[in-house]
This record gives sequence, C-alpha cells and structure tokens, in this order.
Amino acid sequence: MTMIFGVPLAVLSGQLLIGIINGAFYALLSLGLAVIFGLLKIINFAHGAMYMLGALVTVVLFDLLGVNYWVALFVAPVLVGAFGMLIEYFLLRRIAGQDHIYSLLLTFGVALIIQGVLTNIYGVSGLRYSMPDMFKGGINLGFMFLPYYRAWVIVVALLVCFGTWFIIEKTKLGSYLRAGTEDSQLMQGFGINVPLLVSLTYGFGVMLAAFAGVLAAPIYSVTPVMGSNILIVVFAVVVIGGMGSIGGAIITGILMGVIEGLTKTFYPPASSAVIFLVMVLVLMIRPTGLFGKEA
Amino acid sequence: MTMMKKLLTSAVASALMASGAQAAISDNTVKIGYLADMSGTYRDLAGPNGLTALEMAIKDFGGTVNGAKIEVVSADDRNSPDTSSSTVRRWVENDKVDLVAGMVASSVSIAVSKILEENDRLGIISGSAASSITNEHCTPNHIHYVYDTYPLANGTASAVVKEGGKTWYLLTADYAFGHALEADVTRVVEANGGEIVGTVRHPFPTQDFSSFILQAQASGADVVGLASAGADTTNAITTASEFGVTQAGQTLAALLLFLTDVHALGAETAQGIQLTTGWYWDMNDETREWSDRFMKETGVRPTMVHAGIYSSTMQYLNAVAATGSDDAQTVRKQMMDTPINDMFAKNGKIRVDGRMVHDMYLAEVKTPAESKNEWDLYKILRTIPADEAYRPLSESKCKLVN
Amino acid sequence: MDQPVNPADIHKAIVEQQKIQDRKKLMVNGVLLLLLLAAPFVMYPVFLMKILCFALFAVAFNLLFGFTGLLSFGHAAFLASGGYTTGYLLSNFSGLTTEMGIIAGTATATLLGLAFALLSIRRQGIYFAMVTLALAQLVFFFFVQSEFTGGEDGMHGIPRGELFGLINLEDNLNMYYFVLVVFIACYLLVQRIVSSPYGQILKAIKQNEPRAVSLGYNVDRYKILAFVISAALAGLAGSMKSVVFQLASLNDAHWHMSGEVILMTLVGGMGTLLGPVVGATFVVNIEYQLSQGPLRDWVDPILGGIFVLTVLAFRSGIVGELQKFMRKNLG
Repeated sequence: MTMIFGVPLAVLSGQLLIGIINGAFYALLSLGLAVIFGLLKIINFAHGAMYMLGALVTVVLFDLLGVNYWVALFVAPVLVGAFGMLIEYFLLRRIAGQDHIYSLLLTFGVALIIQGVLTNIYGVSGLRYSMPDMFKGGINLGFMFLPYYRAWVIVVALLVCFGTWFIIEKTKLGSYLRAGTEDSQLMQGFGINVPLLVSLTYGFGVMLAAFAGVLAAPIYSVTPVMGSNILIVVFAVVVIGGMGSIGGAIITGILMGVIEGLTKTFYPPASSAVIFLVMVLVLMIRPTGLFGKEA
Repeated sequence: MTMMKKLLTSAVASALMASGAQAAISDNTVKIGYLADMSGTYRDLAGPNGLTALEMAIKDFGGTVNGAKIEVVSADDRNSPDTSSSTVRRWVENDKVDLVAGMVASSVSIAVSKILEENDRLGIISGSAASSITNEHCTPNHIHYVYDTYPLANGTASAVVKEGGKTWYLLTADYAFGHALEADVTRVVEANGGEIVGTVRHPFPTQDFSSFILQAQASGADVVGLASAGADTTNAITTASEFGVTQAGQTLAALLLFLTDVHALGAETAQGIQLTTGWYWDMNDETREWSDRFMKETGVRPTMVHAGIYSSTMQYLNAVAATGSDDAQTVRKQMMDTPINDMFAKNGKIRVDGRMVHDMYLAEVKTPAESKNEWDLYKILRTIPADEAYRPLSESKCKLVN
Repeated sequence: MDQPVNPADIHKAIVEQQKIQDRKKLMVNGVLLLLLLAAPFVMYPVFLMKILCFALFAVAFNLLFGFTGLLSFGHAAFLASGGYTTGYLLSNFSGLTTEMGIIAGTATATLLGLAFALLSIRRQGIYFAMVTLALAQLVFFFFVQSEFTGGEDGMHGIPRGELFGLINLEDNLNMYYFVLVVFIACYLLVQRIVSSPYGQILKAIKQNEPRAVSLGYNVDRYKILAFVISAALAGLAGSMKSVVFQLASLNDAHWHMSGEVILMTLVGGMGTLLGPVVGATFVVNIEYQLSQGPLRDWVDPILGGIFVLTVLAFRSGIVGELQKFMRKNLG
C-alpha cells in the first residue's frame, strides 16, 4: 500500500473527502455570516443558535406534525429566517449605525436567551431524528464507504453556496443589495425600501444557517447547545476568508474542512485548535484575511 | 476558625460520641443542599429531576426524622468549581447544611469535597464518573454512590473481549475523564487476552466523528470502543451507524451511556450496543414501581443517577434516624455499617474510601422490534458482582486506606 | 471637529475639569472604602473576595476596552494563566510564600500578554477581537492538554499559605484584607494611568487613531503597553482568585469567561473607572443569587437578557447612565 507520512493513501483519500464534506458544511454556515457582515456590518453571534434552531425545528415539526425531511428542508429555514427578521426588526435595527461591537454583544445575548430557554424545554441529551429512508446506506468507493447522505450534503451545500454567491455578486438584485447597504439614502431615493432590504438580508443569512441545521439534523445529535461550539469555529473561518467576502467564506470553508480533516488524521487532539492557529498565521500575513479588502 | 481548631473540635466531638454522650440533631433540623448542573451540559443526568428524586425520598421517609424537620435548599452549580465553592461554603458555614447531594462535573465534586472535609460535613456524590473521587481525592467526608469509570470499563470491556472481541480501536475524548477510561479499558482488555490496536484522541467536544470512524474502520479492529460521554458518544454512535460500522462486522462498545442518551439515539440507531449501567428502571417490580412514580412527577424515566439520589438520600435519613445525630462522621459510620438493600442496590456497601460498591449490570440496547416503547431500551445480559466491578481497596491510593 | 484647536487649551480645559471631578471622586471613593472595610462583618468574606477578584479583572479589561478602544476577546487566557501558575507553584514548592506565587502568576500573564500584544496589535476592530480570541483558544488547548492543570478535574487544594511568611491567610479575614489592599492598589494604579499624559494619549488613540499617528505618537507602542498592563492585572486577578478559592479550573480559560468580562464592563459602564467594579459586583451577584433561587434553571437566558437590555437601552452602563443623570440634573 502506498503510504504518505505513515498513513496509507487510501485512508488519506478518505480523509480528504470527509474534509471536503465538512468544509462544505462550514462554507454554508460561514456564508450566512459573511452575507450578514458584508452587507449589513452586523457581527452575528446568534448564528450558531440559528443553526441549532434549523435542526430543532426540523425535529419538532416531524414530532408534532409529521412533517418529513424534504418539506422541512424548505419550511424550517423559512420559519427560522422569519424569526431572524423579527430579531432584526425589533432589536438590531435599534443599534444601526453604532460600532459593530454592539451588534456582537446584542446577538450574543440573544443566543444565550434562545439556548437557555430551549434547554429548559428540550433538555440537553438530544432529540431523536431518523435518517430519511432513501438516504440509508451508501456506496463503497474502494478507499472508503461513502454514506449517501454525505454525498447529498456536499452536493446541496455547494449548490446553495454557489447560488448565493451568484445572486449577490452577479445579478441585479445583488447589485441593489450591495448598493442599498452601501448608500441607503441614494437607494431610498430610487424608490427602494431599504429597511425591508436589510431585514430580508438578515433573514436570508439566518436562513442559510438554519438550512445547515436541517442538513445536520439526521447526522448530529440535535440539542439546544449544538450551535454554541461551532459558532466560534465558523467565525474563525469567516475571519480567515476576510470578513464580508462572500467568495472568500466559501473557499475558506472548504479549505478549513480539509485542513481540519488532515489534522484529525495526523494529530487528532489539535483538530479543534488548528483553525485558530491558521487564523493567527493568516492575519499576521494578511491583516484583513485571505480575500478581504484592505481596510 | 482555623483548620486545626476544627479538627480538634471534631475529634473531641467524636470522642464524646464514642463515650456515649448525648447525640443530637443540630438545631433540630436536617438540612440537605442539592447541588447540580441545572442548566448546562449535564442537566439531564441529575439536574432538576434529581431534585425531584431527592424530594420523593424525603416525602417517602415521612418528612421528618426523629421529630426534626428536613429542609432542602438547591442551587445550580453552573459547572463551575468557584461558583459551587461559594455556594457550598455559604451552605455549611452560614446555613448549617448537613448534607450536600447531587454533583456531576468532577471539578465541582472534588472542590466541594475539600470544603466538606474542612468543615466536617457530609457529601454524597451521585452524578460524577471520575474514579479519582474516591482514590487520590478521597476524604472522610464524602461518599461516591452510583458508579465510576472503573466498573464501566471493567464491565463492558471484559464482557466484549470474552465474547471474542479481541482487537480494539479506541476513540477517546481528549480530557482527564476520557484518559481515565482509556487507561482502565486498556488494562481490562489486555488482562483478558485482547489487544488495543489503535487509539485516537479526539477533542472534547467534537461534532463530526466521520474522520475518526473512518480511521477506526481502516484499523480492521473487532471492536470500536468509545471512551467518551454525552454528546460526544451519541454523535459517534450516530456517525458509526451512518457509516455502517456494525454492518461491516465491527462491534461498537460505549463505555458510558445513560438512559437519556440511548433514548435520544433511539433503538434503531443504538441497537446492539453493549454498555454497563448501575441500575435500570425496568429490572423488577420494585424498580418499576418507583420509576412509575418518578415518571408521574417528571414525565421521563429515571437514569441510574436519579435512582441513586433517591436511594442515597433514603440511606442517609435512615442513618440519621438510627443514630439520632446529623454529625457527619457518626452518620457516615452508620451508613458504612448498614448494607444497602433497596430498589437501587442489593447488598450495596459503602467502603472506607467512600466508594459505594454494588452490583453493576451489562446491558445491550434492544432492537426496534424488541423495544415495546420509547423507554424500553435495555436487555440486561449479565450481573457484574460488586467485588469484581469496582477498584479493589488493595489498589487504592486513598489516604483512608492503609 | 476639524477646526484647528490649540493643544494647550485642550490641556487646560482637561485639567480644570479633572480638578472638579477629582474632588467628587474622592468623596465617593472614601465612602466606598469604608463600606469595603466593614463589608466582611456583614457579608460572607469568600464571596466578597470573589467579587473583588472579578472587579479587578474587569478593571484590567476596561483599561484596554474602555480607555484604549481595543476589544480583546481573549482575556480569559490571562486570568487562567495567572491562576494556574500561582496554583502550581504554591502546591509544589512549599518554600514559596504566597505573595511570591502571586507575583510569579502575574509575571506569567504579563509575558503572555506581551506575546498576544505583539501578535495582535496591528489588527483593527473586529480582526483584533478575533486574533485575541484565536490566541486564547490556543492557550485553552494548551491548558486542556497539560498534565499539571488537572484537565477538567481542575487544580485543587492550593494552599493559601502565609503572606510574607508572617500573616496566616487561611483566616478569611486576613485573606480578605490582603485581597482588598491589592485591589485598591491596582485600582489607584489604573486611575493614575488613565489621568496621566499617557492615559490621555490612549484616549486620543481610542477617539481617532490616525490623528494620534499624525501627531507623531508611536501608537503601536502605547497600545502594546496598555495591553501588557491589562494582561498583568488580569493575571493578578486570576492568581489571587486561585489562592482565595484554593483551586483553578478550565472555566477561567474558556471563551465564555472572556465574554463574561465584557458583560461586566458593559453593564457597569465602559470607559468609566468605577463602572467595571460596579458591573462585576452586579454580574457576580446576579449569577450567584439566581443560581440559588427559584429561577436557578434560567440563569443563562436572564444573563442574555441583561446583555440585550444593556446594549439597547443603557449603552453607557450603570455608572455611565448615573453620571449622565447627575450631569443633567445636578449641573
């Protein structure tokens, strides 16, 4: 067997693929953060909580109303997105124009409230959710067994990421968005409802997080605290990519998935710390991240 | 008061006690402080439902002991040893709390036991897993009631090896608890003629286990052992099921799983997993009767920790009634002298190091076809006798054992 | 804003205002001092010491955040490194007196602070916050991995020992007055720093960094010094805390602790001297009282609510709002 640094090539290929899959996941989560920061300059520390809500709503909808996975894939993000818009309307709007640090503190508080309340209702052991039948099983790729569900995750996550990038960077709607957030008075003059645009953008970023949450529901333990640890990892991804760079968040997400995957192979204990190490190194060389514009 | 003075007073007190002086319940009240994680990661293990179990015990006991009131105070430990220290210090120094019960996070249990030793009060730890609590951290002022890592490793690992699972690959949570389990499992596996072919230490906590499961599959080991707890274990099991670990012929052995974890996973995902438990609600009429009452109060089936809190509180109150005293050493001695026979344990015994040793059980998670309802989850395969299960005193590093 | 102003005039105005404020402050501080001296006879000393340690931590943090405008999201690293170093030394070297352990803990945090500062000081705004967070995560990783910290079991049984080999700190009252003296010394030090010319430069950097640069100040050097002082005081708070509680644990190194000190500072009033002290007192009390009472399962959401409310309605914090109120109503 071919070996690379004492690890068989087959194992390494498997780890790379796993890394890309996890990376697609990170990309989806960091994309929402990047949209919210890039367009609204809000540092959304409630992003992990929104991811959790996506997963939790999926489970609860199934338990209460028998809503299946496919429906949840659309309904849960819409519900959570609408909830996000409420937060924007009632809370975030009141601190518009203040230092972004306040948005960080406000959303951190919101996350504590959401997680704390749901912990009291649902406990912390996790809620049961079964894999949809059509995704049971997988294919043997020779170097690894690939569950169908993971294949689905990578395809759908990348599609959504690319779609979002395309809409924001390449379409007319995207150009309104960018212009509206850059010079709101001018756009208001053109007859565009900027406050609505802001709410919708925040809601959309939150939807992306919730969508990742729905994807996570069948494969990870669904608990009210599932988003609190992933939050800072995803933040690190966005910072490495360059706060607000949409493309940067996607590429960095995948890259970090792979780096983390390789660390899990060569020195597993450091796999949660490696992203922070990369972040320090990147910011030393490029103060605004890999794809960030110079401040 | 200085430490020395306290020791002297307590020495004098016990001397008086021994000479038959009047024992009494201080200020005619037995005050119990319930300290546990009420809102964080370990909430479901003991938490608010543990308080319910404790209150059930007091009610069943009759609400008073030898005419003295029984009072309960409770607090969230916030999983923080400093917050817990402040709470317990105030409890023992100002509020005259006689017994501190509950306690999950090992850092909390160890910190609290030191304060109890300093102030000569009693603690009964039901939630913690660390076996160091009655080993290098033992004190004459606490009892560790329900389980610890030693029998968990012992029960599951030796059973699995005996059934032919000779080669093991361990996924260890990279913190003291995981390391302790790993060391215990390694010892047991090797003693039974098995071999650890690989170990991977994953960060605590980890959400995505696919990378580690892949490494475990590539190792070709007979058994994949999970030396972790809580969300780490449930995530690992979910991922193992997704990647077809058991279908490919490997056995999954979880070293610490609570009923609440298995309930969250469901029989479909968790079926066939072997685990060690100190108690299960559906073992006999006695356990079922109590569990039904518990479920009426809380809406869920009790874990072994909940049952242990009930049982230990009952034992404590019995000892107070028998000695007519709430002095820590008098009560502890009485508890050590009285074998425990109730719905939680048969012939349980509290040793000099504070370890309550009792029979443990090797269980297997039922298949969806066998499971009749959402809480009907375990088949008990074997009873592990108390003497085999726990760390023998001959290996103890506890200062009370000589 | 952009009109040319004579720097000498500004300085004069500042000095005038300072004098008036100083007199008021002296009175407030005198009353507070009396309260602090009498407190252990009314309240539980260990709890008071906890408040003082966190108050010092928040004061240290505020020097950087409130007065220099740098939001560090990694201050837990200094609190924990101070605590662990002191705990380790006092537990393992019985010849050391307590103050030597505390000095060593503070020194460790100071060096760590210097390292953090050198790596992060040129980053701006949110990037600065994130680099400090990342570095603190690496420190956390180190503490989890190291044997000497006891991992999640924590470090226990740290002896309080004797101050200068003379004063027995096992006695809670002795310990309390020692912590109080250290706290007051640090508070006065920060007060001195803030009102010194150096403090004025820090404030200038906070208000308008490019202008401070164009005035010829070596801004990075000032910021690094502020960071190092802040880290040292945070480390001192951690060292004392480990002696008071006789334990050190991972909770102090976790990023939630870095979040908590932000909450304390914000609630009390950032950029005011007394604010962080009031904030720490408030947060530690709220957390403790709630964890004991009927709302004990709801501590986190309530703390979250306080965060939200503070940001929305009382952005200048308790002390800041009080000052505003007094200025408006009492001239």
